[in-house]
Amino acid sequence: MNQLNALAGGLFILTVFGIVGLRQVIGCLRLFVMQSVLLAVSALILGIETGSIHLFAVAGLTIGTKALLIPWLLYRLLSHEIHARREIRQVLNIPTSLLIAAGLTIFAYFTVRPLLDINSSAFIRVNLPIGMGGIVVGAFAITMRREALPQLLGILTMENGAFMAGISIAPNLPLIAELAAAFDVLIIALVTGLLTRRIHRRVGTTRVGDMASLKEE
Amino acid sequence: MGAKILFNIVQVLVVMLCSPLVKGVLDRFKERVQSKKGPSIFQPYRDIWKLFHKDEVVSDESSWIFRFTPYVVFVAPIFVTLLIPVLTDYPLFFAFMGDMLAGGSILALAGFFATLAAIDTGNPYGPMGASRTRMVGFLAEPVFMIVFFTVSFVAGSTIPYIVQQAWITPLANFFEPAHVLVMLAFLMLIIAENGRIPVDNPSGHFELAMIDESKALEYSGRGAALMKWGGCMKFFVLLCIFLNVLVTPWGLADGASIGGLLLAIPLILLKILVFLVVLVAIESSLAKLRLFRIPEFMGAAFVTSVVAVVVQLIEM
Repeated sequence: MNQLNALAGGLFILTVFGIVGLRQVIGCLRLFVMQSVLLAVSALILGIETGSIHLFAVAGLTIGTKALLIPWLLYRLLSHEIHARREIRQVLNIPTSLLIAAGLTIFAYFTVRPLLDINSSAFIRVNLPIGMGGIVVGAFAITMRREALPQLLGILTMENGAFMAGISIAPNLPLIAELAAAFDVLIIALVTGLLTRRIHRRVGTTRVGDMASLKEE
Repeated sequence: MGAKILFNIVQVLVVMLCSPLVKGVLDRFKERVQSKKGPSIFQPYRDIWKLFHKDEVVSDESSWIFRFTPYVVFVAPIFVTLLIPVLTDYPLFFAFMGDMLAGGSILALAGFFATLAAIDTGNPYGPMGASRTRMVGFLAEPVFMIVFFTVSFVAGSTIPYIVQQAWITPLANFFEPAHVLVMLAFLMLIIAENGRIPVDNPSGHFELAMIDESKALEYSGRGAALMKWGGCMKFFVLLCIFLNVLVTPWGLADGASIGGLLLAIPLILLKILVFLVVLVAIESSLAKLRLFRIPEFMGAAFVTSVVAVVVQLIEM
């Protein structure tokens, strides 16, 4: 069980790298779905092992919102963005950003190291560093990408990372907090999606990196 | 003692004789997927046979390196065969002469000579292909290193026979995240090192776009046959390392009986067949990358292997 959880964790961090390094918008979206499913799998395994019903709820919520609802929402709102703009522009080139992301993951591992010494259950040892890595690399993806949708996926990746770490540290978090977080994320995706759509309609592009100066009318 | 010598010889013979078959099957599969009829699976044998009976033409401008290279390219995979588990799951004579790094360096030596020979003739396409191969090669190098580090972390050794045991005893080790990720990274390496599709198109005949093939353009007759055969054997050997050491270390002969050894031959061929189906699926569903996108592909492989190390570190 621990190995399966670690496997889900390893693939999870791989999808996080994919969010940084993939060129196609639609590929990023698919990776995000995979990432959420892996998070749900990890939550399920933890739920079975610790016997906590909350974790099953987390898994269900993750599948429901992040693997189904949010991708569907983004697909509906930004289908032009997804299909027409196949390649994403980046600030740095992809190998460099992948290397930096790998460095950040190792950094994340070293930052949580002291915490692991305090409480070293097998699950925490896997989930906490990987979740931390997800947060850091997700933040890095936001700075790296110049398009609105991949930046949104960066935020959602950070959220996933936080969940990944959270389910191992606090398996008995009240359900209401998880519900709140899930709807929060949903609203974020909805608002950002609508905003991007508006931007696209007005400016004709969603390269937020190019929108450096304010314009008065 | 005598049996071990025999086993070693059988291993080398299997690699030498079955490797063109693997290439033939792969080509045939690919053509079938593209709904063509495809050549016979024994076509590589006929090609090699034909080339051995043709006259060899060597440029006056070339040096001894050009003539010497086909032999190095041909012999190098045979040496590697002695180091890795092809048919048996216990070490034979030379198993402790070198580890996976040694195998890698022997293959790299062959690659080095092939590069020199490509530059040697002065054919403009040779150096171009050679420098591109080097580019892919040096991008693949760090991935190789990290994969070996991960493997030695887990198994405490880089001798392939010991690594192989470490993955499957107990069986839970097989699902170790480091293992799965190393497998992924190594798969990408095999694709890059053998010039398969996302990196290079092996069936392309357009010299300007060639990476791997253009190095052997100048060879004819026996030289061409040896280069071709050597290439097939290199592919076979890499597949043996990948399948027998990393992915499916089952089905190898474990005793000293001849019957077990002979049974191991169809099993390894079966494993390779399954892998070829996967490879054809990959090759048929992807397009060849532009040359300057190759670093991204190798970057992905590198990150995968780094993640393998990190996850392994976390667990320890």
